[in-house]
Amino acid sequence: MNTNGGQALIKSLELEGVEVIFGLPGGAILPVYDPILDSPIRHVLVRHEQGAGHMAEGFAHATGRPGVAMVTSGPGATNIVTPLADAYMDSIPMVVITGQVPLASIGTDAFQECDTLGITRGVTKHNELVTRAEDIPMAIRQAFHIATTGRPGPVLVDIPKDIVDPRNPASAMNWNWPTDAEVSSSMPGYKPTTKGHPKKIKEAAALIATARKPIIYAGGGILKARAAEALRELAELTGIPVVTTLMARGAFPDDHELCLGMPGMHGNYTAVTSIQKSDLLIALGSRFDDRVTGKVDSFAPDARIIHVDIDPAELGKVRRADVPIVGDCRLVIEEIIKALNALGGPESRIDITPWRQQVSAWQELYPLVYEQSIDGDLLKPQYVLEQLRDRSPADTIVASGVGQHQMWTSQYWKFNYPYTWVNSGGLGTMGFSIPAAIGAKVGRPDRTVWAVDGDGCFQMTAQELVTAATERIPVKIALLNNAYLGMVRQWQEMFYGERYSEVYLSPDLPDYVKWAEAMGCVALRVESPDEVGPAIDKANEINDRPVVLEFRTDASEKVFPMVSPGTSNDQIDVGPLQNGLGR
Amino acid sequence: MPPKYHVLSVLVENRAGVLARVSALFARRGYNIYSLAVAPTDDERFSRITVVVDVEQAPLEQVVKQLNKLIHVIKISELDPRDSVERELMLVTVKAPAEVRGQIIELVELFEGRIIDVGRDELALSLDEHPERLDDLEELLRPFGIIDLQRTGRVALPKLERS
Repeated sequence: MNTNGGQALIKSLELEGVEVIFGLPGGAILPVYDPILDSPIRHVLVRHEQGAGHMAEGFAHATGRPGVAMVTSGPGATNIVTPLADAYMDSIPMVVITGQVPLASIGTDAFQECDTLGITRGVTKHNELVTRAEDIPMAIRQAFHIATTGRPGPVLVDIPKDIVDPRNPASAMNWNWPTDAEVSSSMPGYKPTTKGHPKKIKEAAALIATARKPIIYAGGGILKARAAEALRELAELTGIPVVTTLMARGAFPDDHELCLGMPGMHGNYTAVTSIQKSDLLIALGSRFDDRVTGKVDSFAPDARIIHVDIDPAELGKVRRADVPIVGDCRLVIEEIIKALNALGGPESRIDITPWRQQVSAWQELYPLVYEQSIDGDLLKPQYVLEQLRDRSPADTIVASGVGQHQMWTSQYWKFNYPYTWVNSGGLGTMGFSIPAAIGAKVGRPDRTVWAVDGDGCFQMTAQELVTAATERIPVKIALLNNAYLGMVRQWQEMFYGERYSEVYLSPDLPDYVKWAEAMGCVALRVESPDEVGPAIDKANEINDRPVVLEFRTDASEKVFPMVSPGTSNDQIDVGPLQNGLGR
Repeated sequence: MPPKYHVLSVLVENRAGVLARVSALFARRGYNIYSLAVAPTDDERFSRITVVVDVEQAPLEQVVKQLNKLIHVIKISELDPRDSVERELMLVTVKAPAEVRGQIIELVELFEGRIIDVGRDELALSLDEHPERLDDLEELLRPFGIIDLQRTGRVALPKLERS
């Protein structure tokens, strides 16, 4: 017996290449916190376990490497359920270590006990209770393998206290680091398919070559597969326009002439309409989410579908694919490019110039628009975002919360680099942005990291700014304070006859500047348009502590375009400023 | 006649929690599991779960794909009842006073079941047969007064090739 479970756990994390753990200790996980003192791994002490989970997610979003969080049993574990669900929905590689009560106490309603495995089963790619100290290295290796291969996702490893506590004989073990072969043979049911079927690749190429109105519908899978380069090559080879979903912003550069931006409920007119009118939809790592399709029956009614996804369960889940391809997006796109080249040069494909012209005409007719505020009025959130975009480095990483500010950020930011957009897409977790931005900054300390947040979101996770100040993680927060739960307010205005129920939050309570200062941040309140630019410039110059800029914004501003819930994408509402154009 | 139910044969790792993972996928979608049988295979590392669900509910394709995503699931096959052999075991305790006891014993013999326990006014019997034959015997025994009845849930294997 040359080690104990606690030391083996930390050593295993070191060997997996973990640089940072986001966590908060407690009774059951205490023995694992002792060897952290002697480890080169950085530990970031959060103020709430939800923060640890979202930080690990932000780290993974920005770096592509798995984020790691560690919390105690019971409430520690339940507090991290939301980040697990969030990471599961958005396929974020994450490993969460939870403490558990000693083996003999499991199931006895012991202090800080909960059924962590049962609670997290539906929100993890996999979870595992380790019952013997000697199994810890294998459990950790499996967790990282599962989290990062196939369709990535969160994996939880539940560790009873007695197998990591050196004072308990059950923790004694001999160190053994399993080989790759041992890891894969230990999971006979887990063999993700990465290479696309050659016959299907050929069929896909043939469909692409004969399409008159094709659109590439790029999803988050492009980023997970590190396929941004391959996607660009495919688009440029074929001249096919690309829409990038909320999860794929940055996967194809917004300044590229073929980029149409975001489709969906708040997508721009061209992205939404070009999908609707297409005769071929090339879905790459996207999952026909309801926020993209609108009413499924009338989604892209004339389009044949090529659907590439590493998860076989996505194929045919929402829309039947004419050519379903299971595989890694990068590998499959590369094979499709080869197959297209094998068909011949541009003359082997139908000329899509008329389609491109049609798409450009839509872009000219329906750009994103908003009305500037008049002096003395509250700021327009879109204006704030444009200023933020234009005054920050081009490769700035932007995290957002969930709601109107998220949609405006996705619409108005120019994402020209992959892995610069960190947001909660599938689960729609309010409060995501501050901890996620902190995690992203830890992973990419060389980058400027802005969190765009709403006042509702800010109040859910602001305490992590204490973490950021303490740990000297200089994130910047652009708080769009419209004193409302803005997106809910928008729905109540539009769909509930302007009956505003429980959405008013007050602009002054709390005093965000005082609160931010109390948490160790530099804080400024910005109320007039001419203050916006200078405040952003000042924030961008501060690099030794977090900054909060509170922008007082106009609550009556709504997100447009909008496809009303349950309706067809054909019924897209471009908003009052453009209604009637071209109709 | 198309079958009224799906029979899924799921080969899984023989370890704690696997059944909960499998059944949770059905529960999440509101599918009721009609019957369920689990036991280790000839290889102790693996177990076979035979799940029967009603056809009337949503198509099974998505559930099968989701099951395949479970790390501990090795293989899933859907067994079409027309192409498989199926068996189930039933134990029944039935009221059997002297005046009807002969009739019950005769029924059990007709079905090639067995009397496994004898009480003063009751008989306990067992039948391992095709699930529909179990249904038949159950129906015929009901008028005598069934006191207890327990079925194992069906198990199935694919029919062998004959040509």
